[in-house]
Amino acid sequence: MKLSGWGRYPTHNVRESAPRSIEQLQEFVAAGSAVARGNGRSYGDSAVSAFNTISTRHFNKMISFDTQTGTLVAEAGVLLGDVISSFLPLGFFPYVTPGTKYVTLGGMLAADVHGKNHHLEGSMYNYVDWFEIIDASSKMIRCSRKENSELFSWTIGGMGLTGIIVRVAIRLRPIESAWIAQTTVPVKNLNEAIDAFENNLSSTYSVAWIDCLSSGGSLGRSIVMLGEHAHESVLDDVQKKTLFKHVDRAKWTLPVALPRCLLNRVTVKVFNAMYFRYGQKTKGTRLVSWDSFFYPLDALLGWNKIYGRRGFLQFQCVIPLEKSSEGLHELVTEISSTGGGSFLAVLKRLGESAGGISFPMSGYTLALDFPVNGRNMKLMDRLEQITLQYGGRFYLAKDARMSKSTFRSSDSRVTDFISMRENSGMNQNFESMQSTRLGL
Amino acid sequence: MNKGNVLILGARSDIAKAIAHKFAADGYSIQLAVRGMSDMESYVSDLALRHRVSVTTHEFDVLAIDRHLSFVEGLEELPVVAVCAVGLMGNQSESEENVASAIQVMRSNFEGPASIFSHLANCFEVRGSGTLVGISSVAGIRGRASNYVYGSAKAGFSAFLSGLRNRLSTKGVHVITVLPGFVNTKMTEALSLPPALTAEPVEVADAVFKATVRKKNVVYVRSIWQLIMLIISTIPEQIFKKLKI
Repeated sequence: MKLSGWGRYPTHNVRESAPRSIEQLQEFVAAGSAVARGNGRSYGDSAVSAFNTISTRHFNKMISFDTQTGTLVAEAGVLLGDVISSFLPLGFFPYVTPGTKYVTLGGMLAADVHGKNHHLEGSMYNYVDWFEIIDASSKMIRCSRKENSELFSWTIGGMGLTGIIVRVAIRLRPIESAWIAQTTVPVKNLNEAIDAFENNLSSTYSVAWIDCLSSGGSLGRSIVMLGEHAHESVLDDVQKKTLFKHVDRAKWTLPVALPRCLLNRVTVKVFNAMYFRYGQKTKGTRLVSWDSFFYPLDALLGWNKIYGRRGFLQFQCVIPLEKSSEGLHELVTEISSTGGGSFLAVLKRLGESAGGISFPMSGYTLALDFPVNGRNMKLMDRLEQITLQYGGRFYLAKDARMSKSTFRSSDSRVTDFISMRENSGMNQNFESMQSTRLGL
Repeated sequence: MNKGNVLILGARSDIAKAIAHKFAADGYSIQLAVRGMSDMESYVSDLALRHRVSVTTHEFDVLAIDRHLSFVEGLEELPVVAVCAVGLMGNQSESEENVASAIQVMRSNFEGPASIFSHLANCFEVRGSGTLVGISSVAGIRGRASNYVYGSAKAGFSAFLSGLRNRLSTKGVHVITVLPGFVNTKMTEALSLPPALTAEPVEVADAVFKATVRKKNVVYVRSIWQLIMLIISTIPEQIFKKLKI
């Protein structure tokens, strides 16, 4: 069957299996070159193996929930969205969430996902008590900070290359309401955006949408959004009645890939201008639903088809704090001058690093997507070079095309990761198209 | 809010699981009837955690027909809806060579389900309410060389359901016949099925739920199957007997 990541590029014709029991899963792992695939939401080829892609879709059961500690034990194939719909009514929300709720818990660990609160509360790593994994010898073992701690650390952020995660214990956050008090701050340029982040480090959630096509004095103009779980006292009567209500928003589905010509410099410029004006109009604080605050894109199912049949590429890097301003200016200038249609550019302040090979580090991360074409491939080469120049690194959950040498020079931890895989035999048993490409 | 119990017979199948989740999501308590209790723990915890409803398990063997009455009497609460999702596809060529295995397929798909539904029907009739949902098959509409043993048993079950519906229509008890067509389940995992004709278990569950609410009688899951079966049943026998379908 044809498999790809969420970016629909690259696509490979491979065989996928879907074991139903631990024993079956162990047999598949023993065959070698395996990688787990959750809901296929990583953008590139992280969850595709040329020989042995193993779907975790039958490992989708919730085992237990402790309302005192907020600890959920569940199988790796459980969707984050189902965790929310099950435990929001009890007053709990995930500590860390990526920009979509259609990810599996196993995938969240593998990518060590971060959310809008990373600057303050860190990544998924911090909220995992333990997990069980099928390791390179096909045995199921438990890893925590005390037990098999090294494997624990390499696995969270290890992109599935250390084993198949089958069961996880994660902590959820008790919240006072499901409503988010969102403060919108429009800023004129990149410097102001950075100031806005630095001045609001105590905000639980912060993120900025950034216009990568504007230039000159308004280079990097942004809409910075801050958020807090709303205190019960600020809610009106209707909202109080729906304190933890899980409402399914209306969803639209994009049934077919849109023609590529629809997204060009002009349409994206118009979109950005409209978005910026909307941000200026909604400036200030208001209450919004958790779903629209955390998952604006989930309202359009299949939005990945917007970039046309050839798919799209994501670029996400992080620049260390001391060089963030310089690095970001250079990146945004490069994008603004070449400008290949990215209307979903996101800027975010990150906090400290956690897992052995996790992406986040203290600094600024810039994420944007481009339709697949030759010009954008070249643009991404240049963006990678700029990132390297400023000591930055790249998010593997987004990558579909980086070269081995770029990845190696971006991160000194890579050599340790490679030798750890060799010494434990993981390099024989676990492999994705991405790990082969990056020589991991 | 407790809306009563939904009993699911043969609860380990993919279709049964989807149906259990569908009714639990709407606030029904769930009674899972299965043979043997292995791997039931996570199934039960998952249903209970996701939907915050009570979930119980009940030992049930569709072939042990002499225990069916005591099974029904042993239920703490008589369900408001009972779904029979028991099914054994068997292997047609094995059924041809080994008559005993053919009998096994017939008993699992017809005798057993009809037996347990007979007892439940009598209890529902006394109470004057309830819904019986039988998952039958389009394979029962016309016997074909490729799976007539399975098909004949499903044909028997469909006819049984139709008669039961007729008998109970004035007694407050409703009977639904579900004819799913191809479904992407463990039972069909090894077959390569045309995607346009193959439903997901959730679609079957949605159809069953809707049929229960709207008191429908015979339900096809994907409507294309109604057309296909209409065509198949109008082919003259003279031609049909020579076809390879």
